[in-house]
Amino acid sequence: MRAMVASLKHRSSYFWYQLRRSPMTMIGLGIIIFMCLSALLAPVLAPYNPDVINLRARLQAPSMAHFFGTDEVGRDIFSRVLYGGQQSIGVGLFVAFVASFIGTIIGCFSGIFGKWVDTIIMRIMDVMLSIPSLVLTMALAAALGPSLFNAMLAITLVRIPYYVRLARGQTLGIREMVYVKAAQTFGASRRHIVQWHVIRNALPPIIVQTTLDIGNAILMAAALGFIGLGAQQPTAEWGAMVSAGRNFLIDQWWYSTFPGLAILITAIGFNLLGDGMRDMLDPKQKVK
Amino acid sequence: MSVFQIIFKRLVGLVFVVLGVSVITFIVSHLIPGDPARLIAGDRASEAMVDAIREKLGLNLPLYEQYWLYLKGLLQGDLGTSIRTGRPVLQDLLAFFPATMELALVSLMLAILMGVPLGVLSAVYKNKWIDQIARTISVMGISMPAFWLGLGLIIIFYGHLSWLPAGGRISQGLPVPPLVTGFYLVDSLLAGEMNTFYSALKHIVLPAITLSFVHLGVVSRQIRSSMLEQLSEDYIRTAKAYGLPKWQVILRHALPNALIPSVTVLGLALGDLLYGAVLTETVFSWPGMGLYVVNSIQALDFPAVMGFAVLVSFVYVLLNLLVDLLYLIIDPRIKEVG
Repeated sequence: MRAMVASLKHRSSYFWYQLRRSPMTMIGLGIIIFMCLSALLAPVLAPYNPDVINLRARLQAPSMAHFFGTDEVGRDIFSRVLYGGQQSIGVGLFVAFVASFIGTIIGCFSGIFGKWVDTIIMRIMDVMLSIPSLVLTMALAAALGPSLFNAMLAITLVRIPYYVRLARGQTLGIREMVYVKAAQTFGASRRHIVQWHVIRNALPPIIVQTTLDIGNAILMAAALGFIGLGAQQPTAEWGAMVSAGRNFLIDQWWYSTFPGLAILITAIGFNLLGDGMRDMLDPKQKVK
Repeated sequence: MSVFQIIFKRLVGLVFVVLGVSVITFIVSHLIPGDPARLIAGDRASEAMVDAIREKLGLNLPLYEQYWLYLKGLLQGDLGTSIRTGRPVLQDLLAFFPATMELALVSLMLAILMGVPLGVLSAVYKNKWIDQIARTISVMGISMPAFWLGLGLIIIFYGHLSWLPAGGRISQGLPVPPLVTGFYLVDSLLAGEMNTFYSALKHIVLPAITLSFVHLGVVSRQIRSSMLEQLSEDYIRTAKAYGLPKWQVILRHALPNALIPSVTVLGLALGDLLYGAVLTETVFSWPGMGLYVVNSIQALDFPAVMGFAVLVSFVYVLLNLLVDLLYLIIDPRIKEVG
């Protein structure tokens, strides 16, 4: 037990050491911290109430009074982008964590149990994976009815099969490892093997996938918001704001530009961090 | 395993996938909270009329019988009738298909033409500035909300510079070229109408850039990693030792081998482009399947949305199969390993 704690400690300090040496990953982490903080601190940072209409200040260009300008009913876009982060980043985190949690459990179970259970589960996942994710998400979100919560549910459901496949593949590999066989000869229960060996060793690639998926989910939620299946007006959500700005595209460029920029920067942050973590956790890369 | 056995196995798999997709779309379309019969009949219809429609659509039957009817229809190419347009969904989708395909193909060409050189350069000059730029572009690509990029391009190239149109396939007033392939770029050339061709070309530039940008990153990343793998192989060292010119080694020896694993990525990219067009078409009012589906979603026209899902999944799986077959042709080693 003590050896394991020491090894975990060693591994995590090695992780931080590598993280410091990879500037792109640090930039990614920095972006994420910055965007999350500004979303969380929106009530403190925002100069205006994001939902208060001020018809005397409609469609004003960016200025010192309104950093990102105002929309067609005079709401401050800077404040709305800050508050919108709570919605968009929240959706991203929810989708990635719930999908990876459920998917990993199903995948490990399927890999450990094997036989007909595995066959049935994997056939269902294959079918779900063969429908393009945007199309399936759209169909589900449309059927559930347009709202941010339903969009979130739809994206989560569609992401689960990716984790099932990943976790199952990992499980099948780990199940054949000598140390698992050794544990089995000592009479370890199936539950013990899953908890102590499979999940712990299958986790790194799943963590990488989860990180990358936060960015994906934010983009997907914004896309659904854009075609009218996600957050509804007047909710301050980035995709819906870009969509609302379409009607004022040519003369009021700031309306669509700033919320979209927020989506792009946040997604870049999670993608950089995910890529960097993959390089660190992938043993093949170390040899090269 | 022989090639035919592989093909047969995949075709059987295809049938199961299509069956599975039909079950999923059937379940999803029955999740709808409202009553489809009432939706079709309209608000002012009498109860008797709604009942008649329900009867006609088989909505009063038990679920398994409804599914059986749905499946029987699917097998005969019947994707249902659109509530919004009143026409068969398949007929609607096929009418819009060429526009989407044209956009997807042009985008794929753009992504390959720019992504392959970018990937090769960033592998050859690994960790140099050109590699950093290529990697930055690819991270931007996968993080970019495509609809937002499209809007930005419209602001710049239509709003400020007035160089390019903001939407549609050709300028209003120009005659639509006689239908041969359904691709305006090809049809106008075949008809010898240079004005129409020029207009179609101008209209496709911005949507194609928007749609290809995401895949530019995917392609260059794939080429980079498979080029790096090839460049470290022994035969490359041998070729270099013989004193062959650097770029001959890279382009004639390494690149063809690096392209083989990339075929899968490129094939799947075409599938992604087809449904990725949903957002791009909406931004640019490009009259393809994507725009049709978004309009259908907003009108709660579920048969159209589900029909789109079935058709696109079918094309997607078929593309997968074609890519695998292509793989067998270009890489003879696979047959032996099989």
